[in-house]
Amino acid sequence: MIIAQQKPVKDIAAMISDCNKVLLVGCAGCVTVCLAGGEKETEVLASSLRIMRKLEDKPLETVTYVATRQCDPEYIAALDNLVKDVDAVVSLACGVGVQYIAERFTDKWVVPALDTKFIGGSTVHGNWEEKCGLCGDCILHRTGGICPIIRCSKSILNGPCGGSQYGKCEISKDIDCAWQLIYDRMKALGKLDKLMEFQPPKDWSKSRDGGPRKAVREDVMID
Amino acid sequence: MPCSGTIDHRVLLQTFEDGADGVFVAGCMEGDCHFLKGNFRAKKRVQQVKKILDEIGFGGERLEFYNLSAAQGQRFAEIVKEMTERVLKLGPNPLLAKSCKKEGGAA
Ligand code: SF4
Ligand code: SF4
Repeated sequence: MIIAQQKPVKDIAAMISDCNKVLLVGCAGCVTVCLAGGEKETEVLASSLRIMRKLEDKPLETVTYVATRQCDPEYIAALDNLVKDVDAVVSLACGVGVQYIAERFTDKWVVPALDTKFIGGSTVHGNWEEKCGLCGDCILHRTGGICPIIRCSKSILNGPCGGSQYGKCEISKDIDCAWQLIYDRMKALGKLDKLMEFQPPKDWSKSRDGGPRKAVREDVMID
Repeated sequence: MPCSGTIDHRVLLQTFEDGADGVFVAGCMEGDCHFLKGNFRAKKRVQQVKKILDEIGFGGERLEFYNLSAAQGQRFAEIVKEMTERVLKLGPNPLLAKSCKKEGGAA
């Protein structure tokens, strides 16, 4: 899932300092699961902003809503009535949601409440880690299910750098060396020979180097 | 509420928006929770809301968490006294002061 974290309340308040009434929109997708922009976080942020503004003697009116997802236009349409009389929309979705709202409501001031961090998963409740760099051409079958692009600090594709020590990455003793993990796993699987296979240079045009990407499934598209 | 672990950030913030001068949450003694970790969850949530209240300039000291058992009447009295003294020192809820001033000004 997409992992995001809320910006400091003060920063969000500064983005809407000239507004009297705002709509805060949470998202029931990834950001609910990573506890950044679900129903609860939306209400807590609304309350925090109201208290802050009341202390400044500039009361703020808030309306809250949680979209099923903010990354599908059909769920953004549900905001049509809610945005009418607000001065701004604060989105608690990832950057995708913010942009979908801004695209639909062209005359509205739309601001992000979250910083979209990475794509990953949770280790324990309350702790998330980055797992995939969205390279567009997955090679996990060649690296024992461990992503060297995001989990090796230098995104090296052909084995460890010279800094790997006792299984840890040279940038921090708290970070496992991805290539040590890859080597250990491939060894345990009896597939070390796979690591010796010749690999052509990675085609980064499938990643961000090719500009904004699109994915199409024509079979589900109906006019 | 049946367990302090059901306390919600929203409820705590709402009490202050509604004008409470101070709030304390009393959870069972550590190790005594019927639901194992309810009191630890409550403590963490209170700490988080204190942080938010500090961040937004309201002041987290108006909110506190205590461990307390239903059999500790004397300790309960102590805590109430402690919180009352703290709140008296801090003065009334600043939000209330703002709305009174507003209402007064408008009258
Ligand atoms: S190889 Fe690419 S797609 Fe696969 S996990 Fe790594 S970054 Fe993600
Ligand atoms: S020590 Fe390992 S993880 Fe760190 S940069 Fe070198 S190869 Fe990558």
